[in-house]
Amino acid sequence: MLGDLGGVTLLGLETLYLAVRPPYRFANLLAACEAVGVGSLFVVVLTGFFTGAVFAMQSASAFRLFDAESLVGATVAISLTRELAPALTGLMVTGRAGSAIATELGSMRVTEQIDALATMAVDPRHYLLVPRVLAGLLTAPILCMVFNVIGLVGSYLVAVKLQGISEAQFWSRIESWLDVADVFGGLIKAAIFGLMLTTIACYKGYNATGGAKGVGEATTEAVVLSSVLILVADYFLTALMIPWWD
Amino acid sequence: MPAEIEVIDLHKSFGSNHVLRGVNLRVEQGTTTVILGGSGSGKSVLMKHMIGLLRPDSGQVLIEGEDITRLKGRELDRVRRKFGMVFQMAALFDSMTVLENVAFPLREHRKDLSEEQIREIVAEKLALVDLHGVEDKYPAELSGGMRKRVGLARAVVLDPKIVLYDEPTTGLDPITTASVDQMIIDAKNALGVTSVVISHDIGSAFKVADQLAFLYKGEIVAAGPPEAVRQSEHPHVRQFLQMWFGRN
Repeated sequence: MLGDLGGVTLLGLETLYLAVRPPYRFANLLAACEAVGVGSLFVVVLTGFFTGAVFAMQSASAFRLFDAESLVGATVAISLTRELAPALTGLMVTGRAGSAIATELGSMRVTEQIDALATMAVDPRHYLLVPRVLAGLLTAPILCMVFNVIGLVGSYLVAVKLQGISEAQFWSRIESWLDVADVFGGLIKAAIFGLMLTTIACYKGYNATGGAKGVGEATTEAVVLSSVLILVADYFLTALMIPWWD
Repeated sequence: MPAEIEVIDLHKSFGSNHVLRGVNLRVEQGTTTVILGGSGSGKSVLMKHMIGLLRPDSGQVLIEGEDITRLKGRELDRVRRKFGMVFQMAALFDSMTVLENVAFPLREHRKDLSEEQIREIVAEKLALVDLHGVEDKYPAELSGGMRKRVGLARAVVLDPKIVLYDEPTTGLDPITTASVDQMIIDAKNALGVTSVVISHDIGSAFKVADQLAFLYKGEIVAAGPPEAVRQSEHPHVRQFLQMWFGRN
Protein backbone atom coordinates (compact mmCIF):
# COMPACT_ATOMS: atom_id res chain seq x y z
CA MET A 1 0.00 0.00 0.00
CA LEU A 2 2.78 2.46 0.96
CA GLY A 3 4.78 1.39 -2.11
CA ASP A 4 1.69 2.03 -4.23
CA LEU A 5 1.25 5.48 -2.72
CA GLY A 6 4.86 6.37 -3.51
CA GLY A 7 4.56 5.00 -7.04
CA VAL A 8 1.26 6.77 -7.69
CA THR A 9 2.63 10.08 -6.38
CA LEU A 10 5.75 9.85 -8.56
CA LEU A 11 3.72 8.89 -11.62
CA GLY A 12 1.28 11.74 -10.98
CA LEU A 13 4.08 14.31 -10.72
CA GLU A 14 5.86 12.86 -13.75
CA THR A 15 2.64 12.96 -15.78
CA LEU A 16 1.89 16.57 -14.85
CA TYR A 17 5.47 17.49 -15.82
CA LEU A 18 5.09 15.70 -19.17
CA ALA A 19 1.73 17.42 -19.73
CA VAL A 20 3.41 20.79 -20.19
CA ARG A 21 6.00 19.41 -22.64
CA PRO A 22 5.30 19.13 -26.38
CA PRO A 23 3.97 17.50 -28.45
CA TYR A 24 0.45 18.47 -27.32
CA ARG A 25 -2.01 15.81 -28.37
CA PHE A 26 -5.39 17.56 -28.17
CA ALA A 27 -7.18 14.81 -30.09
CA ASN A 28 -6.03 12.24 -27.50
CA LEU A 29 -7.11 14.56 -24.69
CA LEU A 30 -10.57 15.01 -26.20
CA ALA A 31 -10.92 11.25 -26.71
CA ALA A 32 -9.92 10.66 -23.07
CA CYS A 33 -12.37 13.35 -21.87
CA GLU A 34 -15.10 11.64 -23.85
CA ALA A 35 -14.24 8.23 -22.36
CA VAL A 36 -13.99 9.50 -18.78
CA GLY A 37 -16.55 12.32 -18.81
CA VAL A 38 -19.23 11.39 -21.32
CA GLY A 39 -18.77 7.70 -20.51
CA SER A 40 -19.51 8.33 -16.84
CA LEU A 41 -22.35 10.82 -17.37
CA PHE A 42 -25.27 8.40 -17.29
CA VAL A 43 -24.19 6.66 -14.09
CA VAL A 44 -23.52 10.04 -12.44
CA VAL A 45 -26.98 11.32 -13.43
CA LEU A 46 -28.65 8.19 -12.03
CA THR A 47 -26.64 8.27 -8.82
CA GLY A 48 -27.17 11.99 -8.37
CA PHE A 49 -30.92 11.80 -8.83
CA PHE A 50 -31.48 8.99 -6.36
CA THR A 51 -28.98 10.34 -3.83
CA GLY A 52 -30.83 13.68 -3.76
CA ALA A 53 -34.19 11.90 -3.68
CA VAL A 54 -33.40 9.53 -0.82
CA PHE A 55 -31.63 12.22 1.18
CA ALA A 56 -34.67 14.49 0.86
CA MET A 57 -36.95 11.66 1.96
CA GLN A 58 -34.83 10.88 5.04
CA SER A 59 -34.30 14.47 6.07
CA ALA A 60 -37.99 15.34 5.56
CA SER A 61 -39.04 12.55 7.87
CA ALA A 62 -36.44 13.60 10.49
CA PHE A 63 -37.15 17.35 10.27
CA ARG A 64 -40.90 16.72 10.49
CA LEU A 65 -40.38 15.54 14.09
CA PHE A 66 -39.63 19.09 15.17
CA ASP A 67 -41.56 20.95 12.47
CA ALA A 68 -38.53 22.07 10.46
CA GLU A 69 -39.31 20.59 7.00
CA SER A 70 -38.42 23.93 5.39
CA LEU A 71 -34.75 23.09 6.03
CA VAL A 72 -34.80 20.04 3.80
CA GLY A 73 -33.74 21.88 0.64
CA ALA A 74 -30.83 23.70 2.24
CA THR A 75 -29.64 20.60 4.10
CA VAL A 76 -29.65 18.49 0.96
CA ALA A 77 -28.02 21.26 -1.10
CA ILE A 78 -25.16 21.82 1.34
CA SER A 79 -24.57 18.10 1.86
CA LEU A 80 -24.61 17.47 -1.86
CA THR A 81 -22.29 20.27 -2.89
CA ARG A 82 -19.76 19.86 -0.07
CA GLU A 83 -19.63 16.08 0.33
CA LEU A 84 -21.94 13.75 -1.52
CA ALA A 85 -21.49 15.02 -5.06
CA PRO A 86 -17.67 15.08 -5.12
CA ALA A 87 -17.25 11.82 -3.19
CA LEU A 88 -19.93 9.85 -5.03
CA THR A 89 -18.87 11.28 -8.39
CA GLY A 90 -15.32 10.14 -7.60
CA LEU A 91 -16.52 6.66 -6.70
CA MET A 92 -18.77 6.36 -9.75
CA VAL A 93 -16.08 7.56 -12.14
CA THR A 94 -13.68 5.11 -10.50
CA GLY A 95 -16.09 2.26 -11.18
CA ARG A 96 -16.90 3.35 -14.70
CA ALA A 97 -13.75 5.00 -16.11
CA GLY A 98 -10.96 4.12 -13.65
CA SER A 99 -11.57 0.41 -14.14
CA ALA A 100 -11.69 0.88 -17.93
CA ILE A 101 -8.39 2.79 -17.93
CA ALA A 102 -6.65 0.15 -15.79
CA THR A 103 -7.97 -2.66 -18.00
CA GLU A 104 -7.09 -0.95 -21.27
CA LEU A 105 -3.55 -0.02 -20.21
CA GLY A 106 -3.04 -3.42 -18.57
CA SER A 107 -4.07 -5.17 -21.79
CA MET A 108 -1.76 -2.91 -23.78
CA ARG A 109 1.10 -3.74 -21.39
CA VAL A 110 0.72 -7.53 -21.53
CA THR A 111 0.26 -7.54 -25.32
CA GLU A 112 3.43 -5.40 -25.69
CA GLN A 113 1.57 -2.46 -27.26
CA ILE A 114 3.21 -0.15 -24.70
CA ASP A 115 6.66 -1.53 -25.59
CA ALA A 116 5.75 -1.05 -29.25
CA LEU A 117 5.09 2.64 -28.61
CA ALA A 118 8.49 2.99 -26.94
CA THR A 119 10.27 1.24 -29.82
CA MET A 120 8.65 3.75 -32.20
CA ALA A 121 10.34 6.55 -30.23
CA VAL A 122 7.03 7.67 -28.71
CA ASP A 123 7.04 8.13 -24.92
CA PRO A 124 4.18 5.85 -23.76
CA ARG A 125 3.67 7.93 -20.62
CA HIS A 126 3.27 11.07 -22.70
CA TYR A 127 1.02 9.40 -25.26
CA LEU A 128 -1.15 7.25 -22.98
CA LEU A 129 -1.05 8.63 -19.44
CA VAL A 130 -1.06 12.40 -19.88
CA PRO A 131 -4.46 12.59 -21.67
CA ARG A 132 -6.11 10.17 -19.26
CA VAL A 133 -4.85 11.88 -16.11
CA LEU A 134 -5.80 15.32 -17.46
CA ALA A 135 -9.23 13.99 -18.46
CA GLY A 136 -9.86 12.99 -14.83
CA LEU A 137 -8.78 16.41 -13.60
CA LEU A 138 -10.94 18.26 -16.13
CA THR A 139 -14.11 16.19 -16.32
CA ALA A 140 -14.66 15.22 -12.67
CA PRO A 141 -15.65 18.80 -11.61
CA ILE A 142 -18.09 18.98 -14.55
CA LEU A 143 -19.60 15.65 -13.57
CA CYS A 144 -19.74 16.84 -9.96
CA MET A 145 -21.71 19.91 -11.06
CA VAL A 146 -24.09 17.66 -12.99
CA PHE A 147 -24.46 15.55 -9.84
CA ASN A 148 -25.30 18.71 -7.84
CA VAL A 149 -27.99 19.84 -10.27
CA ILE A 150 -29.58 16.42 -10.78
CA GLY A 151 -29.39 15.72 -7.04
CA LEU A 152 -31.27 18.93 -6.34
CA VAL A 153 -33.87 17.98 -8.94
CA GLY A 154 -34.31 14.60 -7.20
CA SER A 155 -34.61 16.20 -3.79
CA TYR A 156 -37.05 18.82 -5.12
CA LEU A 157 -39.34 16.18 -6.61
CA VAL A 158 -39.38 14.14 -3.38
CA ALA A 159 -39.56 17.06 -0.92
CA VAL A 160 -41.96 19.33 -2.80
CA LYS A 161 -44.01 17.03 -5.04
CA LEU A 162 -44.19 13.93 -2.83
CA GLN A 163 -43.76 15.20 0.74
CA GLY A 164 -45.72 18.42 0.23
CA ILE A 165 -43.05 20.82 1.50
CA SER A 166 -43.60 24.40 0.38
CA GLU A 167 -41.82 25.10 -2.90
CA ALA A 168 -41.08 28.68 -1.89
CA GLN A 169 -39.52 27.62 1.40
CA PHE A 170 -37.53 24.85 -0.32
CA TRP A 171 -35.84 27.28 -2.72
CA SER A 172 -35.58 30.31 -0.41
CA ARG A 173 -33.74 28.31 2.25
CA ILE A 174 -31.32 27.01 -0.36
CA GLU A 175 -30.76 30.55 -1.60
CA SER A 176 -30.06 31.94 1.86
CA TRP A 177 -27.97 29.03 3.22
CA LEU A 178 -26.03 27.74 0.23
CA ASP A 179 -22.86 29.69 -0.47
CA VAL A 180 -20.69 29.82 -3.60
CA ALA A 181 -17.84 28.50 -1.44
CA ASP A 182 -19.83 25.30 -0.80
CA VAL A 183 -20.14 24.62 -4.51
CA PHE A 184 -16.60 25.73 -5.32
CA GLY A 185 -15.08 23.67 -2.49
CA GLY A 186 -16.93 20.59 -3.76
CA LEU A 187 -15.67 21.16 -7.29
CA ILE A 188 -12.07 21.45 -6.02
CA LYS A 189 -12.53 18.16 -4.20
CA ALA A 190 -13.92 16.55 -7.36
CA ALA A 191 -10.94 17.77 -9.41
CA ILE A 192 -8.55 16.26 -6.84
CA PHE A 193 -10.49 12.98 -6.79
CA GLY A 194 -10.51 12.92 -10.60
CA LEU A 195 -6.76 13.42 -10.68
CA MET A 196 -6.26 10.74 -8.02
CA LEU A 197 -8.45 8.09 -9.58
CA THR A 198 -7.07 8.41 -13.12
CA THR A 199 -3.48 8.47 -11.82
CA ILE A 200 -4.09 5.34 -9.74
CA ALA A 201 -5.80 3.60 -12.68
CA CYS A 202 -2.90 4.56 -14.98
CA TYR A 203 -0.33 3.39 -12.42
CA LYS A 204 -1.98 0.02 -11.92
CA GLY A 205 -2.69 -0.60 -15.60
CA TYR A 206 0.69 0.65 -16.84
CA ASN A 207 2.54 -1.65 -14.42
CA ALA A 208 0.32 -4.72 -14.94
CA THR A 209 2.13 -8.03 -15.42
CA GLY A 210 1.26 -11.64 -16.04
CA GLY A 211 -1.42 -11.85 -18.72
CA ALA A 212 -5.19 -11.79 -18.30
CA LYS A 213 -4.98 -12.61 -14.58
CA GLY A 214 -2.58 -9.73 -14.01
CA VAL A 215 -4.86 -7.32 -15.89
CA GLY A 216 -7.81 -8.42 -13.74
CA GLU A 217 -5.80 -7.92 -10.57
CA ALA A 218 -4.60 -4.51 -11.71
CA THR A 219 -8.18 -3.42 -12.37
CA THR A 220 -9.42 -4.65 -8.99
CA GLU A 221 -6.52 -3.01 -7.17
CA ALA A 222 -7.09 0.26 -9.04
CA VAL A 223 -10.77 0.37 -8.08
CA VAL A 224 -10.19 -0.61 -4.44
CA LEU A 225 -7.23 1.74 -3.92
CA SER A 226 -9.00 4.66 -5.62
CA SER A 227 -12.22 4.16 -3.66
CA VAL A 228 -10.47 3.95 -0.30
CA LEU A 229 -8.17 6.89 -1.01
CA ILE A 230 -11.04 9.07 -2.22
CA LEU A 231 -12.86 8.56 1.08
CA VAL A 232 -9.69 9.11 3.13
CA ALA A 233 -8.78 12.22 1.14
CA ASP A 234 -12.35 13.48 1.49
CA TYR A 235 -11.97 13.54 5.27
CA PHE A 236 -8.77 15.56 5.16
CA LEU A 237 -10.01 17.94 2.46
CA THR A 238 -13.16 18.58 4.49
CA ALA A 239 -11.05 19.27 7.56
CA LEU A 240 -9.06 21.81 5.51
CA MET A 241 -12.13 23.44 3.99
CA ILE A 242 -14.38 23.67 7.08
CA PRO A 243 -12.86 27.00 8.23
CA TRP A 244 -13.41 28.41 4.73
CA TRP A 245 -17.01 27.15 4.57
CA ASP A 246 -17.89 28.32 8.08
CA MET B 1 34.18 0.93 -39.00
CA PRO B 2 31.95 0.22 -35.99
CA ALA B 3 29.47 -2.64 -36.09
CA GLU B 4 25.80 -1.72 -36.51
CA ILE B 5 25.12 -3.32 -33.12
CA GLU B 6 27.74 -4.39 -30.59
CA VAL B 7 26.87 -5.95 -27.25
CA ILE B 8 29.74 -6.00 -24.77
CA ASP B 9 29.80 -8.07 -21.56
CA LEU B 10 26.08 -7.56 -20.87
CA HIS B 11 24.72 -8.66 -17.49
CA LYS B 12 21.12 -8.50 -16.35
CA SER B 13 19.38 -9.99 -13.32
CA PHE B 14 15.76 -9.97 -12.23
CA GLY B 15 15.91 -10.50 -8.48
CA SER B 16 17.97 -13.65 -7.93
CA ASN B 17 17.53 -14.75 -11.56
CA HIS B 18 20.76 -13.92 -13.42
CA VAL B 19 19.38 -13.92 -16.98
CA LEU B 20 22.28 -12.47 -19.01
CA ARG B 21 25.77 -13.47 -17.86
CA GLY B 22 28.21 -11.51 -19.93
CA VAL B 23 26.79 -11.56 -23.46
CA ASN B 24 29.11 -10.44 -26.27
CA LEU B 25 27.75 -10.08 -29.81
CA ARG B 26 28.63 -8.14 -32.94
CA VAL B 27 26.09 -7.52 -35.72
CA GLU B 28 27.45 -6.15 -38.99
CA GLN B 29 25.60 -3.70 -41.20
CA GLY B 30 23.22 -5.18 -43.76
CA THR B 31 23.34 -8.72 -42.35
CA THR B 32 20.75 -10.93 -40.70
CA THR B 33 21.73 -12.33 -37.33
CA VAL B 34 19.56 -14.98 -35.72
CA ILE B 35 19.87 -15.49 -31.96
CA LEU B 36 18.87 -19.07 -31.21
CA GLY B 37 18.17 -20.53 -27.82
CA GLY B 38 15.65 -22.45 -25.77
CA SER B 39 12.83 -20.96 -23.77
CA GLY B 40 14.12 -18.92 -20.85
CA SER B 41 17.62 -18.58 -22.30
CA GLY B 42 17.39 -14.76 -22.26
CA LYS B 43 16.77 -14.07 -25.97
CA SER B 44 13.93 -11.58 -25.46
CA VAL B 45 15.80 -9.88 -22.64
CA LEU B 46 18.84 -9.47 -24.90
CA MET B 47 16.72 -8.01 -27.70
CA LYS B 48 14.99 -5.57 -25.34
CA HIS B 49 18.44 -4.29 -24.32
CA MET B 50 19.31 -3.65 -27.97
CA ILE B 51 16.50 -1.11 -28.28
CA GLY B 52 16.74 0.29 -24.76
CA LEU B 53 13.54 -1.21 -23.36
CA LEU B 54 15.63 -2.66 -20.52
CA ARG B 55 18.71 -1.29 -18.79
CA PRO B 56 21.56 -3.69 -18.03
CA ASP B 57 23.14 -4.18 -14.61
CA SER B 58 26.49 -3.81 -16.38
CA GLY B 59 27.93 -3.88 -19.88
CA GLN B 60 27.35 -1.86 -23.03
CA VAL B 61 25.08 -1.87 -26.08
CA LEU B 62 26.62 0.15 -28.89
CA ILE B 63 24.44 1.23 -31.80
CA GLU B 64 26.70 2.53 -34.58
CA GLY B 65 29.31 3.07 -31.88
CA GLU B 66 27.02 4.95 -29.46
CA ASP B 67 26.38 3.37 -26.04
CA ILE B 68 22.60 3.47 -25.54
CA THR B 69 22.68 2.14 -21.99
CA ARG B 70 23.53 5.67 -20.81
CA LEU B 71 20.82 7.39 -22.86
CA LYS B 72 17.30 8.26 -21.80
CA GLY B 73 14.37 10.39 -22.87
CA ARG B 74 14.73 12.16 -26.19
CA GLU B 75 18.34 11.04 -26.69
CA LEU B 76 17.20 7.42 -26.50
CA ASP B 77 14.26 8.16 -28.81
CA ARG B 78 16.72 9.60 -31.35
CA VAL B 79 18.56 6.25 -31.45
CA ARG B 80 15.30 4.28 -31.44
CA ARG B 81 14.30 5.97 -34.67
CA LYS B 82 17.01 3.88 -36.33
CA PHE B 83 15.01 0.78 -35.36
CA GLY B 84 11.87 -1.01 -36.33
CA MET B 85 10.66 -3.89 -34.20
CA VAL B 86 8.33 -6.76 -35.06
CA PHE B 87 6.83 -8.25 -31.92
CA GLN B 88 6.02 -11.91 -31.30
CA MET B 89 2.27 -11.24 -31.21
CA ALA B 90 2.64 -8.24 -33.56
CA ALA B 91 1.64 -5.75 -30.79
CA LEU B 92 -0.64 -3.87 -33.17
CA PHE B 93 -2.80 -1.20 -31.54
CA ASP B 94 -6.13 -2.97 -31.38
CA SER B 95 -8.13 0.25 -31.26
CA MET B 96 -6.69 1.33 -34.62
CA THR B 97 -7.20 0.06 -38.18
CA VAL B 98 -4.35 -1.41 -40.21
CA LEU B 99 -3.93 1.95 -41.96
CA GLU B 100 -3.75 3.82 -38.65
CA ASN B 101 -1.30 1.27 -37.23
CA VAL B 102 1.12 1.47 -40.14
CA ALA B 103 0.69 5.23 -40.43
CA PHE B 104 1.28 5.75 -36.69
CA PRO B 105 5.09 6.27 -36.82
CA LEU B 106 4.69 8.58 -39.84
CA ARG B 107 2.07 10.71 -38.08
CA GLU B 108 4.29 10.95 -35.01
CA HIS B 109 7.60 11.69 -36.69
CA ARG B 110 6.88 12.98 -40.21
CA LYS B 111 4.68 16.01 -39.67
CA ASP B 112 5.77 17.28 -43.09
CA LEU B 113 3.77 14.58 -44.91
CA SER B 114 0.25 15.17 -46.16
CA GLU B 115 -2.51 12.66 -45.48
CA GLU B 116 -2.37 11.59 -49.12
CA GLN B 117 1.38 10.97 -48.94
CA ILE B 118 0.92 8.97 -45.74
CA ARG B 119 -1.70 6.77 -47.44
CA GLU B 120 0.65 6.21 -50.38
CA ILE B 121 3.55 5.17 -48.14
CA VAL B 122 1.29 2.87 -46.12
CA ALA B 123 -0.02 1.20 -49.29
CA GLU B 124 3.57 0.80 -50.54
CA LYS B 125 4.74 -0.82 -47.29
CA LEU B 126 1.71 -3.10 -47.13
CA ALA B 127 2.40 -4.17 -50.73
CA LEU B 128 5.97 -4.97 -49.68
CA VAL B 129 4.59 -7.59 -47.28
CA ASP B 130 2.05 -8.73 -49.87
CA LEU B 131 -1.02 -7.26 -48.22
CA HIS B 132 -3.64 -5.44 -50.26
CA GLY B 133 -7.04 -3.98 -49.38
CA VAL B 134 -6.74 -4.50 -45.63
CA GLU B 135 -6.25 -0.86 -44.66
CA ASP B 136 -9.64 -0.48 -43.05
CA LYS B 137 -9.61 -3.76 -41.13
CA TYR B 138 -8.90 -3.97 -37.41
CA PRO B 139 -6.16 -6.31 -36.08
CA ALA B 140 -8.80 -8.62 -34.58
CA GLU B 141 -10.10 -9.27 -38.12
CA LEU B 142 -6.70 -10.51 -39.36
CA SER B 143 -5.03 -13.93 -39.14
CA GLY B 144 -1.83 -14.36 -37.09
CA GLY B 145 0.35 -14.32 -40.21
CA MET B 146 -1.35 -11.19 -41.55
CA ARG B 147 -0.90 -9.42 -38.22
CA LYS B 148 2.83 -10.19 -38.34
CA ARG B 149 3.00 -8.76 -41.85
CA VAL B 150 1.23 -5.61 -40.74
CA GLY B 151 3.68 -5.50 -37.81
CA LEU B 152 6.59 -5.64 -40.27
CA ALA B 153 5.02 -2.96 -42.50
CA ARG B 154 4.71 -0.72 -39.43
CA ALA B 155 8.29 -1.54 -38.37
CA VAL B 156 9.78 -0.50 -41.72
CA VAL B 157 7.50 2.44 -42.51
CA LEU B 158 10.14 4.98 -41.40
CA ASP B 159 12.83 3.12 -43.41
CA PRO B 160 14.86 2.09 -40.34
CA LYS B 161 18.46 0.91 -40.53
CA ILE B 162 17.82 -2.00 -38.14
CA VAL B 163 14.83 -4.31 -37.80
CA LEU B 164 14.42 -6.54 -34.74
CA TYR B 165 12.18 -9.61 -34.99
CA ASP B 166 10.95 -11.20 -31.76
CA GLU B 167 10.13 -14.87 -32.46
CA PRO B 168 8.51 -14.09 -35.81
CA THR B 169 7.46 -17.67 -36.65
CA THR B 170 6.29 -18.90 -33.24
CA GLY B 171 2.82 -20.39 -33.39
CA LEU B 172 2.50 -20.21 -37.17
CA ASP B 173 1.68 -23.06 -39.56
CA PRO B 174 4.48 -24.23 -41.93
CA ILE B 175 3.17 -22.31 -44.95
CA THR B 176 2.83 -19.06 -43.03
CA THR B 177 6.24 -19.70 -41.44
CA ALA B 178 7.80 -19.99 -44.90
CA SER B 179 6.15 -16.74 -46.01
CA VAL B 180 7.36 -14.92 -42.88
CA ASP B 181 10.90 -16.24 -43.55
CA GLN B 182 10.66 -14.93 -47.10
CA MET B 183 9.36 -11.62 -45.75
CA ILE B 184 12.50 -11.27 -43.58
CA ILE B 185 14.77 -12.10 -46.54
CA ASP B 186 12.87 -9.70 -48.82
CA ALA B 187 13.04 -6.89 -46.25
CA LYS B 188 16.81 -7.29 -46.07
CA ASN B 189 17.25 -7.48 -49.83
CA ALA B 190 14.76 -4.74 -50.75
CA LEU B 191 15.52 -2.28 -47.97
CA GLY B 192 19.12 -3.20 -47.10
CA VAL B 193 18.34 -3.29 -43.40
CA THR B 194 20.34 -4.95 -40.66
CA SER B 195 18.14 -7.63 -39.11
CA VAL B 196 18.28 -9.33 -35.73
CA VAL B 197 15.91 -12.25 -35.27
CA ILE B 198 15.39 -14.14 -32.04
CA SER B 199 13.95 -17.57 -32.48
CA HIS B 200 13.95 -21.17 -31.40
CA ASP B 201 12.81 -22.24 -34.86
CA ILE B 202 15.97 -23.88 -36.23
CA GLY B 203 14.62 -24.36 -39.76
CA SER B 204 13.77 -20.69 -40.15
CA ALA B 205 17.03 -19.65 -38.51
CA PHE B 206 19.19 -21.55 -41.03
CA LYS B 207 17.06 -20.19 -43.88
CA VAL B 208 17.35 -16.48 -43.10
CA ALA B 209 20.62 -16.11 -41.14
CA ASP B 210 23.96 -14.72 -42.30
CA GLN B 211 25.15 -15.19 -38.74
CA LEU B 212 23.84 -17.43 -35.97
CA ALA B 213 24.41 -16.87 -32.27
CA PHE B 214 23.41 -19.52 -29.77
CA LEU B 215 22.35 -18.26 -26.37
CA TYR B 216 22.49 -20.73 -23.50
CA LYS B 217 22.02 -19.86 -19.83
CA GLY B 218 22.62 -16.18 -20.49
CA GLU B 219 25.80 -16.58 -22.56
CA ILE B 220 26.55 -16.81 -26.28
CA VAL B 221 28.11 -20.27 -26.49
CA ALA B 222 28.43 -20.44 -30.29
CA ALA B 223 28.41 -17.75 -32.96
CA GLY B 224 29.27 -17.44 -36.63
CA PRO B 225 28.00 -18.45 -40.06
CA PRO B 226 25.24 -21.10 -39.88
CA GLU B 227 27.44 -23.94 -41.09
CA ALA B 228 30.10 -23.11 -38.49
CA VAL B 229 27.53 -23.13 -35.68
CA ARG B 230 26.21 -26.43 -36.99
CA GLN B 231 29.70 -27.91 -36.41
CA SER B 232 29.83 -26.55 -32.83
CA GLU B 233 31.15 -28.94 -30.20
CA HIS B 234 29.13 -27.36 -27.39
CA PRO B 235 26.97 -30.20 -26.01
CA HIS B 236 23.78 -28.12 -25.64
CA VAL B 237 24.13 -26.66 -29.15
CA ARG B 238 24.66 -30.15 -30.54
CA GLN B 239 21.64 -31.47 -28.65
CA PHE B 240 19.48 -28.52 -29.74
CA LEU B 241 20.44 -28.80 -33.41
CA GLN B 242 20.19 -32.60 -33.32
CA MET B 243 16.47 -32.20 -32.64
CA TRP B 244 16.14 -30.60 -36.07
CA PHE B 245 18.90 -32.08 -38.21
CA GLY B 246 18.41 -35.52 -36.70
CA ARG B 247 14.99 -35.71 -38.23
CA ASN B 248 15.68 -33.71 -41.42
